[in-house]
Amino acid sequence: MISIQTADFNQQQEYDRLRASTQIGAVVTFTGLVRDFNQGESVTSLVLEHYPAMTEKSLQEIVAIAQQRWLIDEFTIIHRVGELTVSDQIVFVGIASAHRGDAFAACEFIMDYLKTQAPFWKKEVMEDGQSRWVDARETDQDALHKWQI
Amino acid sequence: MIKVLFFAKLSELLDCKELFIEADNAKDTKQLFEYLLSLNPAWQTVLNSQPWLKAVNQTMQSGDVNLKDGDEVAFFPPVTGG
Repeated sequence: MISIQTADFNQQQEYDRLRASTQIGAVVTFTGLVRDFNQGESVTSLVLEHYPAMTEKSLQEIVAIAQQRWLIDEFTIIHRVGELTVSDQIVFVGIASAHRGDAFAACEFIMDYLKTQAPFWKKEVMEDGQSRWVDARETDQDALHKWQI
Repeated sequence: MIKVLFFAKLSELLDCKELFIEADNAKDTKQLFEYLLSLNPAWQTVLNSQPWLKAVNQTMQSGDVNLKDGDEVAFFPPVTGG
């Protein structure tokens, strides 16, 4: 399941859906949150913009690549857009598989790939009311390279 | 016509989210970019200020891509989701 939404999501509900089938032996989930600092400044909120016509398509491509590498029985990717405040949940990736190795790897791969390939952009609002677009990090590119794509 | 979209910092700097360009002025993405540069000097500064990513028909592309009537081309900064 892929969902781009403004609404929050519920961990338990997503986990229960992922583990519903009896062949599932492992569920790995990742959740990304809005933190209160970035590059030395206090952040109070975020605005997440995306490219609606492309977002879901790019996430489907990311999952298709992961499915060629690892056994994935169920998956969930939720990415929120719009205005978010500190400690809000931004993104959820959940992978259910027969084996933990596949679930761990696929979950990390999907996050690394999403970070550099899915068309989302964050704008931070600081304590003083100023806002700035977040710059892409080289460490995110490096994280992708380890998967040898 | 070719539909051109801008996102995030780029759309703010250009003060433009979308525009339509005659397909004759954009046989490929390189020609399209050159056409955008020629539209106004302020745009030229912004468009040349850093490398922008592009997507053709909602798929990211790194090299030059041929265009046809009805295509959608988007330009944007490196992505920062997740």
